[in-house]
Amino acid sequence: MGKKTDEICDVASNKKIAEDHFILEITAPKIAKNAVPGQFVSVQVREERATDPLIRIPLGIYRIKGKKLSLLYKVVGRGTRMLSEKKKGKKVRVLGPLGNGFMTGAPGGKEKAVVVAGGHGVAPLVSLTEKLIKDGKRVVFLIGARTKKHVVCDAELRKAGARVCVSTEDGTRGKKGYVTELLKEYLKTTESKEKKAQGVTIYACGPKPMLEEVSRIAKERKMKAQVSLDAYMVCGIGACLGCAVKTTTGYKMVCKDGPVFGSEEIVWKER
Amino acid sequence: MDLTVTIGGMKFKNPLWAASGTFGCGKEFVDFLDLSEVGAIVAKTVTLNPREGNSTPRVVETPSGMLNSIGLENKGVEHFAAEVLPEMKRYGTRVIASISGFSRQEFVECARVLSGKSTPDAIEINLSCPNVRHGHTKCLLMAQDPKATKEVIRAVKKRAKAPIIAKLTPNVTDIAEIARAAKDAGADAISLVNTYFGMAIDPLTMRPLLGNVVGGLSGPAIRPMAVKAVWEVYKKVKVAIIGIGGIMNGLDVAEFMIAGANAVQIGTTNLVEPGAMTRILREYKEYLKKMKISSARNIVGRLKTGG
Repeated sequence: MGKKTDEICDVASNKKIAEDHFILEITAPKIAKNAVPGQFVSVQVREERATDPLIRIPLGIYRIKGKKLSLLYKVVGRGTRMLSEKKKGKKVRVLGPLGNGFMTGAPGGKEKAVVVAGGHGVAPLVSLTEKLIKDGKRVVFLIGARTKKHVVCDAELRKAGARVCVSTEDGTRGKKGYVTELLKEYLKTTESKEKKAQGVTIYACGPKPMLEEVSRIAKERKMKAQVSLDAYMVCGIGACLGCAVKTTTGYKMVCKDGPVFGSEEIVWKER
Repeated sequence: MDLTVTIGGMKFKNPLWAASGTFGCGKEFVDFLDLSEVGAIVAKTVTLNPREGNSTPRVVETPSGMLNSIGLENKGVEHFAAEVLPEMKRYGTRVIASISGFSRQEFVECARVLSGKSTPDAIEINLSCPNVRHGHTKCLLMAQDPKATKEVIRAVKKRAKAPIIAKLTPNVTDIAEIARAAKDAGADAISLVNTYFGMAIDPLTMRPLLGNVVGGLSGPAIRPMAVKAVWEVYKKVKVAIIGIGGIMNGLDVAEFMIAGANAVQIGTTNLVEPGAMTRILREYKEYLKKMKISSARNIVGRLKTGG
């Protein structure tokens, strides 16, 4: 695992890309040098001497470009709203790279990957997709959003060479319903065509109920799925034991043991 | 400048220690600071038997603080003594084990295991984790009951080879009474405070934000209350005090020491800024220099009141 740094970074840009969705670009040479797709960083929103909000925000790495890191995030509360107000020229303290990335297997081969993104769960999946395509894999990317205004990254994923399908909960774009319906539909056609969905790997990131359903779908079809989890998190480095997730072998930490887990490991219904 | 402090007859290179449960076993922090610069590392609390910990969510943010209900997740004292402690002892600083239990016997057993081949420099007795229930007392926490506190400390003191530190809860009417009980039973020092009971609710779902419903509040939000607890004990009980509660910078360290602490522990701040201890130590040294105080020991209890 690469060395972690708590780096004070310049904000290069912080652009709104859709309703409530932003991309923050920071200059983070030390973190960028060690980061891989699927890893995350932890961003301090408060000013250096302030005490509130005390806890950092964990954000999936969207892009790694030279010395720059981009983070795609959705404004969901006070912390992310404050983050969205940080303009170019400001500094932010960022800790990373944290956690483990996706496992993409050996390059080459003609394997297929189905990438499932729910809402801003798309963030860590874009650079994953680019890597998979670079490695010679075929990628089908399923985007699920609440409404058409929240569909992001579709154009760039197509440009990268992925086949992109969209669903929205309100039906304003693509298929109406959850992205997991889209996944089931897609697998049905693949199964009938190729007679085996087992050679296909699923990668998913999004809200927990979505990941649970993805996991169920994968299990039913004896497919492998990697899911990237979100959790209430404090330290990000495995010290506080706060971001526990129940697995078949006991509690594990999302920050240190994840955030990417094999879907079969997770005990979805804890209580 | 002399930063050394002596507690329980043991010399520490400086008065800034890492608090239990906020510093892992040290190795999580090697990318961010030189562990040998830390005055002491208090390891995560261990219990006689391994514990899975509480249900999730285990942490939640609150104004200038956080609530946690980790529930003493740990692999047990045997694992700690065999696998973790020997590695920690190579970090070039003092290592303090932290133990907890559900009966006097369990505390004593832990102390016995820690008196074997690899021994810590001191043992902190966690009588005050707000997230687990203790037997052996009518109260929720051992450290809410002076009698239970006395019995545990006395029993551990008999068994332990290392100096012992009693970590107390602030969730009591008279903290000095508990501190006196611990001292009379043989505690070499008192750490205060552990977290304050607290809870947070999501009004939209009407559900508690912690899986365990209630948890312990830490961070700068509790600092004034913690400073007051230190001062109360300093005034009334002649015992070495390790102050804990929301320390984020060098002036906060000074505040605790002026109130009567001989050393301090940095807790929540480690979790939000992993390299913080180096910065805080630097700031504390700058403070002493500015105040023309040549020894860290010389400011202990120097609170000026009245005229």
